[in-house]
Amino acid sequence: MSASTKEQRFQTMMLPHLDSAFNLARWLARSHQDAEDIVQEAYLRAFKFFDSFHGEDGRAWLLGIVRNTFYTWYQQNKAQARNTQFEEELHSVQIEDAAAVQYADNNPEALLIQKDSQRQLHKALEALSVEFREVMVMRELEDLSYKQIAGIIGIPIGTVMSRLGRGRKQLAEILVTTNRVHDGS
Amino acid sequence: MDHKEVFELLPAYLDQELGLSDAIAVERHLGNCSECQHELDLQSGVTAQLKKDVAYFKAPTHLAHRIKVALPGERSPSTRFKNWNFNWLNAGAVMVTLLAVVWSGTLYLSLPSAQERLTEELVSSHVRSLQVNHLSDVVSSDRHTVKPWFNGKLDFSPTVVDLAPQGFPLVGGRLDYLDGRSVAVLVYRHNQHPINLYNWPSTDRDAAPQVQNRQGYHLVRWVGGGMEYWAVSDLATDDLESFVGTLRSQG
Repeated sequence: MSASTKEQRFQTMMLPHLDSAFNLARWLARSHQDAEDIVQEAYLRAFKFFDSFHGEDGRAWLLGIVRNTFYTWYQQNKAQARNTQFEEELHSVQIEDAAAVQYADNNPEALLIQKDSQRQLHKALEALSVEFREVMVMRELEDLSYKQIAGIIGIPIGTVMSRLGRGRKQLAEILVTTNRVHDGS
Repeated sequence: MDHKEVFELLPAYLDQELGLSDAIAVERHLGNCSECQHELDLQSGVTAQLKKDVAYFKAPTHLAHRIKVALPGERSPSTRFKNWNFNWLNAGAVMVTLLAVVWSGTLYLSLPSAQERLTEELVSSHVRSLQVNHLSDVVSSDRHTVKPWFNGKLDFSPTVVDLAPQGFPLVGGRLDYLDGRSVAVLVYRHNQHPINLYNWPSTDRDAAPQVQNRQGYHLVRWVGGGMEYWAVSDLATDDLESFVGTLRSQG
């Protein structure tokens, strides 16, 4: 197999999953620009290890690499480390705090935008800690099975199930709280 | 299946990830447990809302291009060679190339060098001069007759010495045409064996006499004083060498 055949085969099998890869990277990194860099890096890694891929489930294989690339980037990135701290603070006091963060920077326009349910949902999902966020995105947006998610993250299927349950509950609570805050104001 | 077990399995029930028997057990419990039913409604509400309203980020169109460019493809020779594996097409190409190289090499080697060609020309010239009885244009043993004869016939003046006392009498001279130019030929004789001494100007470095044998004839070549000399004869090699030695000591 020559190099160009490998490249062609790689592109044919992996580029159709570009949207999935980008969507996952975007939700994990919460930044459009960082997601582009992560996805590109993930594709280069995938190409490097493409010989070890034996064609079972291209999308899950690629998403696993996207996820790993994200975590490498996440740990290396200094600015991102501050966000981690912010995120931990956010989740240690969870719901009230999350609402307070949104409430703190509210102004008439921001409030108006936050009446939009899509906007609230978006912010709520981004506010979830990363281990819940990733299972939520993989299940609700990518329609991956528990088995696929378990394979990508490297956790038991039962853990996938419990994280999904807790993630949904947290999300519901954030949404209820923000609605209550805005209704009350 | 008790309440706690069912409660934990609710996400999997919602996502239709349970086996048939577990799914039936959960369903049976849900019918008379409002807490589980409430939890299930909450979860399915979130799921439905996410699927309906949350943004799915599609990759920007330029990203695919960016990735294709970044892939180590045809543009990188190192990768190409790293991945250069055996295949019959390549093997065939290598064979053809090798054959071409060997064949052209053989052709090149079988081509006579300039020196070789000259040697053969000299032998032919020598043989022809004997066959057609055209050994000499000017028949004289007197070098003062022979040397002036060349005047106006050549763009150089050949060295003419008589070696009769040494046993190599000069018998004449002629013009010949070798290697694309006119050359002077002096004819000597030794015990009835004719010796053709070819000479012409040369830019080569001085070279000591070298003996060659070709078709039963002996040739001695040397370069001296800006002239190239070739002595050709059927004389024995040592006789011819002594002729050359005598000539060089006289010149």
